[in-house]
Amino acid sequence: MSPELLIQILFYLFGALAIGSGMAVVSVRNTVYSALFLVFCFFNVAILWMLLEAEFLAIILVLVYVGAVMVLFLFVIMMLDIKKVTKSQFKSGYTKAALLIAAAMLVELMMLFGYRMKSQLPADELIRQGESYSNVTEIGMTLFTDYVYAFEVAAVILLVAIVAAIMLTIRKRPENKQIDASKQIHVNPADRFRVVSMDAEKGNGEES
Amino acid sequence: MMETVIYLAWTMAKILAIVLSVVLVVAYLTYFERKVIGFMHARIGPNRVGFLGFKLRGIGQPFADVLKLLTKEIIFPQKANKFLFVIAPMITLATAFAAWAVIPFSDGLVLTDVNAGLIYVLAMTSLGVYGVIIAGWASNSKYALLGALRSAAQIISYEIAMGFALVGVIVAAGTLNLSGIVNGQQGGILNWYFIPLFPLFIVYYISGVAETNRLPFDVAEGESEIVAGFHVEYSGAAFALFFLGEYANMILISALATIMFLGGWLSPIGGDSWLAQPSILWFIAKTSVFLYVYFWLRATLPRYRYDQIMRLGWKVFIPITIVWILVAAVLKVYQIGPWF
Repeated sequence: MSPELLIQILFYLFGALAIGSGMAVVSVRNTVYSALFLVFCFFNVAILWMLLEAEFLAIILVLVYVGAVMVLFLFVIMMLDIKKVTKSQFKSGYTKAALLIAAAMLVELMMLFGYRMKSQLPADELIRQGESYSNVTEIGMTLFTDYVYAFEVAAVILLVAIVAAIMLTIRKRPENKQIDASKQIHVNPADRFRVVSMDAEKGNGEES
Repeated sequence: MMETVIYLAWTMAKILAIVLSVVLVVAYLTYFERKVIGFMHARIGPNRVGFLGFKLRGIGQPFADVLKLLTKEIIFPQKANKFLFVIAPMITLATAFAAWAVIPFSDGLVLTDVNAGLIYVLAMTSLGVYGVIIAGWASNSKYALLGALRSAAQIISYEIAMGFALVGVIVAAGTLNLSGIVNGQQGGILNWYFIPLFPLFIVYYISGVAETNRLPFDVAEGESEIVAGFHVEYSGAAFALFFLGEYANMILISALATIMFLGGWLSPIGGDSWLAQPSILWFIAKTSVFLYVYFWLRATLPRYRYDQIMRLGWKVFIPITIVWILVAAVLKVYQIGPWF
């Protein structure tokens, strides 16, 4: 068993798992299972990228989507009181629209592949880089030189999205008992307590 | 063919060696914790269980605990989701061990020396929250769910501060490779990164304590409010797995703090004496100091209130780290000191 064969076997194994879990996301009845299958799908895709030696992209996919985004998804799903879906989501009303979108994306992918195959990329072998080649450095250099404006615009769009999300959900209620932490920290005990010195009571153990 | 098999077997042997030593260290960490806290409370701590009739200051206690936990019955709550209930502790344990793959114990003593080692560790530790959330939901218990939600919010909040603290180290070292980060700190204690990045070092360690849900940030367990939080329904071996995962993560946080801020396996003094040689003993000694601080905090501080935890994470730590990343960038541009 040569290393190339091992990599091929791993590719097909994890590719099949990715597709299978992707199908499971839309077909299982339990919403929590749906979210967990999506996590599993991300994982398999990350492993496929790892096999392509794109380790930075693979780890970032796990770090951002699995480690943060999907946790919030699960968070929300568990907080909501979802009634058990009695039929599979395949039969719900918007399946047709979803299928249409999926078909459009498939056609786009096919066109992209067709264009790529016949022109630039050699289809049969991976372009290998040397041992000292660092994905992270390459991506950083490209992002901050060739695509610096696009990168900054993307950052600003994200910032706007954050501000918008906060503005949409912020509510000031009059009965809000919010605590001002700096006020609490700067409290002076002398303003609140009075230390009283008094003589010891002189009783014979009887209640006065 | 043969070479591939031998390579795979050799890798498996190395993985087994790392996992076994982590498990053994976890076992004696619990003993160490009880002794340290006993000392701080002016008690004796465990002193009964020994080997072959000798008590030896209770040194057999961890094995007695393990045997007890393994022989106890695992109870499934009614209407619990059995599959997820069983798989949650496994997720916690697997992610806690997976991060050890890239930790360099000494020069060259590392399972895989990947270029993106630091973000790999971050990714693996951020996955640990799944074990907590799934356990809380699958238990079908209100205390477990409350504990899981608290823990998830806390881990996500402190991950940001932790990630930013690491950005400062990356700026200083210029690499994501953990061995590279250690090698950037050569030349005695004055060259270690904790001096120029001192605020980030403090923020990193406190975030690490919060990330592992240890005291004083243990509202996820909060015995006095929600019984035991996300693992309230777990017993026996399943509980032992959660316990193992938590302690393995504590050691991981301490090891990472050692590698990134205290020069990993490097010696604090220069010169030619045997003390100045870089070795795994320095790594173990530095890691043990951080572990001791974990127990010191536990014995000293009362539990934080939940809104105070959130305030500390979002309004104090994240601004500090952002400001100090800028400072580190300026230091890097002007090549200040021996560090940059």
